[in-house]
Amino acid sequence: MGLQRPALEAKISNLLSIPVVAGAAGALVVFALLPQIAELIREQLSANLSPTMAKLAATAIGVGAVVFLITQLPIFLIWWERKIAAHIQDRLGPMRVGWHGVLQSFADGMKLLFKEDIIADGADRFLFKLAPFLVVMGVFSAFAVLPWADGLVISDLNIGVLYVIAITSFGAIGILMAGWASNNKYALYGGMRSAAQMVSYEIPTAIIILSVVVQVGSLNLQDIIAAQQGGFGDFQNWFIFRAWGLNVIGFVSFFICGLAETNRNPFDIPEAESELVAGYHTEYSGMRFALFFLAEYGAMFFVAGVAVVLFLGGWSGPVFSGPLVFFLKILAIVFVQMWIRWTLPRLRVDQMMALCWKYLIPIAFVVLMGAAVLQVSGG
Amino acid sequence: MKEYFLDFWDAVSSTATGMAITLRHLFMKNETQQYLSDEKPETRWNSVIVPEGLLQDRSRMRLYVKMEDCIGCLQCEKVCPVDCITISTEKRQKTELPIFAANGQGIKQRVVQFDIDMSLCCYCNLCVYPCPTDCIVMTPEYEFAERDKTNFLYRFAKDKATPPEPPEEKKEAEPVAAG
Repeated sequence: MGLQRPALEAKISNLLSIPVVAGAAGALVVFALLPQIAELIREQLSANLSPTMAKLAATAIGVGAVVFLITQLPIFLIWWERKIAAHIQDRLGPMRVGWHGVLQSFADGMKLLFKEDIIADGADRFLFKLAPFLVVMGVFSAFAVLPWADGLVISDLNIGVLYVIAITSFGAIGILMAGWASNNKYALYGGMRSAAQMVSYEIPTAIIILSVVVQVGSLNLQDIIAAQQGGFGDFQNWFIFRAWGLNVIGFVSFFICGLAETNRNPFDIPEAESELVAGYHTEYSGMRFALFFLAEYGAMFFVAGVAVVLFLGGWSGPVFSGPLVFFLKILAIVFVQMWIRWTLPRLRVDQMMALCWKYLIPIAFVVLMGAAVLQVSGG
Repeated sequence: MKEYFLDFWDAVSSTATGMAITLRHLFMKNETQQYLSDEKPETRWNSVIVPEGLLQDRSRMRLYVKMEDCIGCLQCEKVCPVDCITISTEKRQKTELPIFAANGQGIKQRVVQFDIDMSLCCYCNLCVYPCPTDCIVMTPEYEFAERDKTNFLYRFAKDKATPPEPPEEKKEAEPVAAG
C-alpha cells in the first residue's frame, strides 16, 4: 500500500523527462544547422536595420545564445559527470528523478534557488557578493572568441589567443576575493592556493599556446583553425598530428595545465574536501554557490574548447565540419577530464608546484623551441 | 638526470594504467540494487519470500527471534553493542515438563521478557553468532518504517512471568464473572 505513491511519482518524472531529452536532441539539431540559422538571422537584420545596428544586434543575439548555452550546459554536464563517476565505481548514480535521473540537475538547481542566501557575520559583504560574479564573468567573457564555425564567432579578435590567456586568469581574482571576503580560514587557504596554482600554470599554458602560434603565424583563433583544414579525411593537418609528435607532447601538457587552471582533479587543491571543507566557496550557499559551480563547468568546457581549437582542428572536423563536430569534440575532451577526475588522487601542494615548475615548464619550452626550429628549417 | 626522465615514464605509465582500470569499470556490471524494483520480497512476519538475487547474500535487516528455541542464555544481550536487547528469565521448576530446543538442548529457563528495540539496533549481526540454538536471526525484511518510535520495541516473549507466591492467608475466592 505504501508503494503506490512512489510508483506514481516515478511515472510522472519519467513523463517529465521526455521534454528534457527532446530538448537535448533539439539542441544537437540546432548545432548542426547553426551556420544556416546564423545566415538567416544575418540576412533579416541587414535587410531591416542600418549596418551598425545590424552588427550590434547580431552580436547581442550571439552573446545571448552563448550565455544560454553556458548556463544550460552544466545541467547536462553535472548529470553526465555523476553518471560517469557512478559507473566507474560500479554504481548506477542518479536513477530516481526522471528517466535515468536526467531531471536530477533540475531538482538540484531548484533546491539551490530556494536555499537561504547566507552571508557570514564577519564577512566583507561587498567583496563577498562581488566575487562569484567576477568568477562567472571571467569564464563567460572568455567564450567571446571561441569560434563555432566559419565566420560564426562573437568577436573575431586578431589577438584572440592573447585574450584567452588574459581573461582566463580573471577567475583567480574572483576566487581569491571569495576566499578573503568569507572571513574563514578554510576559504582563505583555498583562495590562496587557487591563486598560486593559477599563476603557476599560466606560464606553461601560455608557452604551449605560443608553440602553436609559432606554427601558424597568427594569434587569431579562426586563422589557427584555417591552418588545420584540408589533408586526408580533414584531420591530417590537425596540429596534434604535425611536427613529428612534438605537438602530442604539447597537447598533453596543455590538457594537464587546463585541468589545473579549472581546479579540476587531480589539481582541485583549492577546494580539497578532505582538508579545506570546500575551499573558497565554504561560506557560500544558494545561488551564489551555484554561480561558482556554473563557472567551474563553464571553464571546463572552455578549456576543452581551446584545446580543440589549438590541436584538434576546431570546427573543421574529421569528415564533417561545423558547430556540431566542434561541440562533440569538446564533449570528448570533457569526458576525458571527468575520466581523469575519477581515476587519479589529489596531488599535494608541493607535488603540484613541482609538476608545474620542474616538469611542465621545461617541457613547454622544449616544445616551443622545437616548433620554432621546425618552422625556421621548414621555411 | 636519468631519474628526471624516468619520472616522465612513471607518470605516463601509471596514469595510463589507472585510466585503463577505470575505463574497464565504466562498462562493468553495476552492483547497485534499486530500492523500488518490481521484484519485492513478500513481507510477512517471520516468513519472507525473497526473489532470487534481489538481496545481497549477507544482507542484514530486521531481527527475529524464534522463541520456541530460546534457552535464555543471555549471550545475545551481553554481546549487543548498543544494548537494544533486554531479556529477563526465570528458572523453570523441576516439576515442569522438560522441553527442548530444536537442536536438542534442554531449556532450563523460562524467558518472560525478550524485547528488541529496532530503533536502536545497528544491524551489526553480532547477536546472531553466539546464539547456541540459532534462534535469533536476521530476516530479509527491510521495509518496516513506523510513524511512532515506540512501535519499534518488539516484544518476542510468549511466556508470562509466574505471578509471585500468593500470601499465606487464604483469600476468598472471587465470584466468577458471568459469561
